[in-house]
Amino acid sequence: MQVATREAYGKALAEIGADEKIVVLDADLSKSTKTDLFKNKYPERFFNMGIAEGNMMATAAGIATCGKTVFASTFAMFASGRAFEQVRNSIAYPSLNVKIGATHAGITVGEDGASHQCIEDIAVMRAIPNMTVLSPADAVETRHAVIAAYKTEGPFYIRLARLATPVIFDESTYKFELGKGVTVREGSDVTIMATGVMVSEALKAVDILKEEGISARLVNIHTIKPIDKDIIIKAARETGAIVTCEEHNIMGGFGSAVAEVLVQNCPVPLRMVGVQDKFGKSGKPADLMKMFGLTAGDIVANVKDVLKIKK
Amino acid sequence: MDEKRIKELKKQATIIRKHVIEAVYNANSGHPGGSLSSADILTVLYFDVMRVDANNPQWEDRDRFVLSKGHCSPVLYGTLAEKGFFPVEEIKKFRQADSFLEGHPSMRYVPGVDMSTGSLGQGISAAVGMALAGKLDKKDYYVYALLGDGEIQEGQVWEALMCASHYKLDNLIAFLDYNGLQIDGKITDVMSPEPVIDKFEAFGWNVIVIDAHDYKEIKEAIEEGKKTKGKPTMIVAKSIKGKGVSFMENEAGWHGSAPNAEQRDEAIAQLDEFLKKLEVE
Repeated sequence: MQVATREAYGKALAEIGADEKIVVLDADLSKSTKTDLFKNKYPERFFNMGIAEGNMMATAAGIATCGKTVFASTFAMFASGRAFEQVRNSIAYPSLNVKIGATHAGITVGEDGASHQCIEDIAVMRAIPNMTVLSPADAVETRHAVIAAYKTEGPFYIRLARLATPVIFDESTYKFELGKGVTVREGSDVTIMATGVMVSEALKAVDILKEEGISARLVNIHTIKPIDKDIIIKAARETGAIVTCEEHNIMGGFGSAVAEVLVQNCPVPLRMVGVQDKFGKSGKPADLMKMFGLTAGDIVANVKDVLKIKK
Repeated sequence: MDEKRIKELKKQATIIRKHVIEAVYNANSGHPGGSLSSADILTVLYFDVMRVDANNPQWEDRDRFVLSKGHCSPVLYGTLAEKGFFPVEEIKKFRQADSFLEGHPSMRYVPGVDMSTGSLGQGISAAVGMALAGKLDKKDYYVYALLGDGEIQEGQVWEALMCASHYKLDNLIAFLDYNGLQIDGKITDVMSPEPVIDKFEAFGWNVIVIDAHDYKEIKEAIEEGKKTKGKPTMIVAKSIKGKGVSFMENEAGWHGSAPNAEQRDEAIAQLDEFLKKLEVE
């Protein structure tokens, strides 16, 4: 089954929406961000802010000062890009209870092209003090991420995708713990650490590697900040090599966050699968994943490469 | 508002102006010009209009105030201290590393500050959010905001104004501190926002033009704003930058610079003289 994380986001908002404290804002994209699922159920607590993202973020902050939990949604490009400074100064600095649901992150936006494919949001959002950054891997994890953000005081950035991607986790057994990585597959030769839509690609890579006799551990990091240092250090010590996977620029993003932990605690060879510091482009998501080196095959190649220099 | 009350408020505003001078002098930085131009507005708001409780700064039914032109923190701090939110002695430590009085107001550090501001254009949006929340909760509090006339060059201000009239936020009353000067000079030379009155009206606001240093006019404009239903009110308050200190008046140079010891003494002497005059009258 394939479900977009934005879809799961909208459903989760509708699910928790009975709480009168929840207010949802959108900037003329409610059909795309799926906040319309909340709007249809609780129209009195949904406000369309028009195409004015900076005002939306600072207005969200003002509403939050009055004891509300505000979910503010737009595309990742505008949430983290255009409204960066409003997020930084009006939401994060006073540590207000605003949860930013940023959909259409990364190149899997597809046909809309580079202008709408945000590959910098993890980097800029994790650089803001007080900000928690979530990047769920599938629909099940997204639901839990939204609930965790709702239940936890303070600003959150939730990175979501447009594209329908495989549902990896089982709702009946899945447990979400904020700030804790999830070991999806055990392995001893190398650890693949993935976030967001790259987790399903990494799963395929693990299977390919297994057939070739390489035992790869797969760790899913849904909380990019604060990052789970323990699971990274443990993976480095036990497997001796790491490959990170993200649908984001390799500069300042998830791979960089992992590298920061590694170099200060347990340096081991590292390879980063991600967008190699260039803008995206229009195209079918699957074609773009190939073009930008984000497929299971690319992960496999990086694993083999890092194993060559593993001590 | 009778003459006796006006005199009381004038005294209060003059004491707040002295705090502005002391704060900026001791910090050797800060923004005296726009603080002095808006001192009378803040005095009327906090001492004659707003429903606030210094012993319960987070009271959920309180009126809110957002200093959208956050660089004028000295006048807000002086007002809040006089109102009893924190000791007046703290003002001397303005902008120091061991003080909670940040260069620009922080709602996390300073009792009585309803919104962290400083980056221009954002405070008015936050005020819109507070007014929206008030409507949602069917509360009867009012939200007040103070904008600089240079600040309205920020595009976000107009996004916020559009939003406030779209949602018919008649519980929102904003002031424009219309002193005509910004750091680099006259607002009309730097980047003219004129005609401001037409623009506010075009954005769906009820606009009232007053003298920013006339207490009766300030009070009456607020009352009229409260009576206006279905739209927010913008009080365009024609002010004198640096008001109350002769050598600072109408000088763009005093937007963001501190007086030296001699200038500070002269400013305090002028304000004390004015206080004395009020006593004699």
